[in-house]
Amino acid sequence: MARSGAFWQRLHRWASPPGFYRLSGRWVPWLAAASLALLALGLVWGLLYAPPDARQGNSYRIIYLHVPASFLALAGYYVMAVAGAIHLIWRVKLADMLMSAAAPLGAALTFLALFSGSLWGKPTWGTYWVWDARITSMLVLLFLYLGVMALRQAYASRETAGRACAVLALVGTVNIPIIYKSVDWWYSLHQPATIRLTAAPSMHPDMFKPLLVMIVAFYLFYAWVLILNTRAEILSRERRAAWVRELAEEDVT
Amino acid sequence: MPGPGAGFAALLRRDLLLAWRRRGEVANPLIFFAMITALIPLAVGPEPSLLARLAPGMVWIMALLGTLLAADTLFREDFLDGALEFLVLSPQPLWLLVLARVVAHWLVTGVPITLLSPLLAALLALPGSGLPALVAGLGLGTLAFSLLGAVGGALTVALGGGNVLRPLLVLPLYVPVLIFGTAAVARAAAGGESAGALALLGAITALALLVSPFAAAAALRVGIDG
Repeated sequence: MARSGAFWQRLHRWASPPGFYRLSGRWVPWLAAASLALLALGLVWGLLYAPPDARQGNSYRIIYLHVPASFLALAGYYVMAVAGAIHLIWRVKLADMLMSAAAPLGAALTFLALFSGSLWGKPTWGTYWVWDARITSMLVLLFLYLGVMALRQAYASRETAGRACAVLALVGTVNIPIIYKSVDWWYSLHQPATIRLTAAPSMHPDMFKPLLVMIVAFYLFYAWVLILNTRAEILSRERRAAWVRELAEEDVT
Repeated sequence: MPGPGAGFAALLRRDLLLAWRRRGEVANPLIFFAMITALIPLAVGPEPSLLARLAPGMVWIMALLGTLLAADTLFREDFLDGALEFLVLSPQPLWLLVLARVVAHWLVTGVPITLLSPLLAALLALPGSGLPALVAGLGLGTLAFSLLGAVGGALTVALGGGNVLRPLLVLPLYVPVLIFGTAAVARAAAGGESAGALALLGAITALALLVSPFAAAAALRVGIDG
């Protein structure tokens, strides 16, 4: 029992905004270095050294941005929803700060996925926008993110805003698989005959390895930016607290 | 203390009575529904083949907008006159009261829209074979719209001003309902099988029935506290 008591005590210290601020300050340089190094490696490898695709030539290389961004756009929604649930159930303030940091980041990644997808669509499908199942689902996901962000801004009280956003994000979480499945079904009903990207069943390993590097790099990048956003949110909300003032004075002197 | 069933019944009766006493206001979504129907041929042209092609989607979009407009009154008035606080404070389970409110809302908006829809679909030259699927689909789908609309209404209840935010929160959640609802009509109108799409629509409505009252109740507590 003593051990578990110590564990909870330590967890409690981490989950307090000043505790997390101090602890995450030690992670930031490592995350920054690792994600930048992997991004550089993945980009150079993917854009310069991976072989060109037999059908699409060089234009397929946008997957090195498009696929990881799409992964994290979706994963980011779950990060946001889980943080919201933790805030709603246990009233952990830090979880709400994390959630409010995750929303714009997820929305930006969703936008990046949509934007890179439409750029990719031009050479492969001959048009910037196609009502493809995955593109449509991503568009709905973007609307879900924008809804959470708009709801947060509408409330004057941060506490109320956080809990309302958590409820919305959780309802959205239940809905996301249904939206994805229904859009898939809708697409198979209306599938246009001409434009179909018949991707090879499995990618060539020489193309896949840099993609894997980029996916890991994007996860690290996501964690890095999420922590930076959360730290900024912590400082902004606790700006009147004594520990923030001490921190500011430390920086000045 | 009276049982939870009594609270449900009392709130349902009160809401239906209030709706009955201002029948004119309740009819507004229906008039909106009919007016937009008249505007469509004026906008796209009167050719029956084109209208028939657009009809399933158009009728569904109008039903969606009609219920969305009506959902504004779900909790707002009770919040403004303080009745909502008594509902939240009452010993009755809040989710059950929310469900009563949603059922009343559906009976007053969704059901009339469903009953009116065959007439408007006929005006839009939808083949008769699509009508049963349209009525069955709208009956289920408008209930899902009301349930999800309640979550949006509860989340924004404490926010003043004309609420453009509520549709913004709710519309992405309407996507699956719209897809299966329109697909059922379009398939039936083309002489195909619509049972599969209707079954999926029913499943979504059942899930919304399970989740929305709790989510809306949680959101109402947040709004009242704030």
